[in-house]
Amino acid sequence: MSVPLRVGFLPLVDAAPLVLAEAMGFDREEGLALDLVGAPSWSALRDMLAHGEVTAAHMLAPVPIAQALGLGGPGRFEVLSVLNLNGNVIGVSTALAQRMSDHDFGFHDARAAGFALVRAAGPELRIGVPFAFSLHRELVQYWLERLGVDLPVHLKIVTVPPPLMPDALAADEVDAFCVGEPRGSVAVDRGAGVLLLPTCAIWASAPEKVLAVRAGWAEAEPELAGRLIRAVWRAGRWLGQSGNLSVASEILAAQGRLAVPAEIIERSLTGRICISPDGTERHVPGFIQFHDGAAAFPWRSQAAWIGVRLAERHGLDPAMASQRAASVFRSDLYRLHLTPAGADLPAASAKLEGSLAVPTPVASSRGKLILSPDRFYDAQVFDPALPGR
Amino acid sequence: MSKRLSIIVVEKDRDRAKIIVDGLREAGDLDVLVIGDEIGLERRIAERNPDIVLIDAGNPSRDAIEELTLASAPLQRPVAMFVDESDGALTKAAIEAGVSAYVVSGLSAKRIKPVLDAAIARFHMMQKMRAELAETRRALEERKVIDRAKGIVMRAKGISEEEAYALMRKAAMDQGKKLAEVAQALVTAAELLK
Repeated sequence: MSVPLRVGFLPLVDAAPLVLAEAMGFDREEGLALDLVGAPSWSALRDMLAHGEVTAAHMLAPVPIAQALGLGGPGRFEVLSVLNLNGNVIGVSTALAQRMSDHDFGFHDARAAGFALVRAAGPELRIGVPFAFSLHRELVQYWLERLGVDLPVHLKIVTVPPPLMPDALAADEVDAFCVGEPRGSVAVDRGAGVLLLPTCAIWASAPEKVLAVRAGWAEAEPELAGRLIRAVWRAGRWLGQSGNLSVASEILAAQGRLAVPAEIIERSLTGRICISPDGTERHVPGFIQFHDGAAAFPWRSQAAWIGVRLAERHGLDPAMASQRAASVFRSDLYRLHLTPAGADLPAASAKLEGSLAVPTPVASSRGKLILSPDRFYDAQVFDPALPGR
Repeated sequence: MSKRLSIIVVEKDRDRAKIIVDGLREAGDLDVLVIGDEIGLERRIAERNPDIVLIDAGNPSRDAIEELTLASAPLQRPVAMFVDESDGALTKAAIEAGVSAYVVSGLSAKRIKPVLDAAIARFHMMQKMRAELAETRRALEERKVIDRAKGIVMRAKGISEEEAYALMRKAAMDQGKKLAEVAQALVTAAELLK
């Protein structure tokens, strides 16, 4: 008899490991019966997890880190695994796209795209992101700050719920946006905007969504936590095989899951992104990653990078933030519960973020692990032990 | 004497908004504004600088309001989410009623509580109305299907309406199913055999 477990999610492509764990029966292989509960917003999902309406949740990676730093909302969460790397897009309103006619919309060069955006924006630039604590926000800010040019005097990053983003663009409340798929593709199909850049062009291995639980739960329920981590990991491994992506798109498309056409979902899973209402397509290898290169491993250094960025904006001590953030990503529990499943685990739990320009073999439990590139567009290298540098 | 509490209710549906506002007015002399258009919500709320914001917990626009709870936000006074661990019973009631409340920090519980109680009562009421409406719709749907199934049985067997109904009832009881389920099966089967 499988043990029921309630898991909350938002209808986004990166909920795929949770949705597929249930749909493909990876949960039942582990003796679990996942009950997926859709949530209307990130704040609602955070509250559902904090108040115990769900046991685990699809969560923006910065949310548990912000909590650990004493910012933002009720509850204290921990991260059991990373659900996916990357998968977000930055886009501009059609009006702004027209003013960027000197840009090629090549969809890969963060520097060129940033220059073109700043030049076209003039004195005011309002960028909509889904939530105050999100990599959307962190990456947009990092990208613009590091361009090395004067930014618009009135630069504002505001929260706009992604389902309302096309309307916000049409109402001239925002000029640009950063959202997760399928929201970017839906905006393009509605003629509301043109896509400018995938966020993997800013940071090649950004931990986008995580599997979050209440702090302490995984140690109080080690058996269940292990089953959950393994079921989700198996679903991620299945999603890492390109032959499965059409089926995955069909499964995700259903009512009660993402409720958008499978064709739109397949664009992001295969990295073939339609960037403009005129049908222009760009191919982005590694647009979203679920498995290869230890994508699901919760690197403490990834958390530290997010923690330090939050600390800088909120006036907190970066060394303290680096340490506290790193402790939220439970790479120790991930190791404990995935070793029996035969996962190839990295020997280290932290790395120099931004140091890998090409796929790189590293020491691992089975000796076959090749990490994906994790470069920042400005070639910065982040050392979690020296966060002020 | 402190000034009147200023409250914003975020609600698109006019009837629902009216129910909430009427409830709040009964709770005291309050300055209530309804925002129906959710575009630019954060900006509108910041301009008004209210003491309390009330929003349906299921409204995706909640995330835009969260922004205002950060100290660095444009709103001068820090806003804290009231529905947290500070008052367990009230929090539980609010969650059950499906309402989220954002309250400026520093307001006394004595001033906030009647407002939240009224809001919770009204959201409860609307939830009940919604459930009743759904139930009525479902019952109506079932009636339609049962009538169609009855027609099919009457035609197929050349029997009266009462006889057809009795036959379906018996089939439902024998199979331990609901009458509506048997009727639906009949209608589906009849469509396949057309």
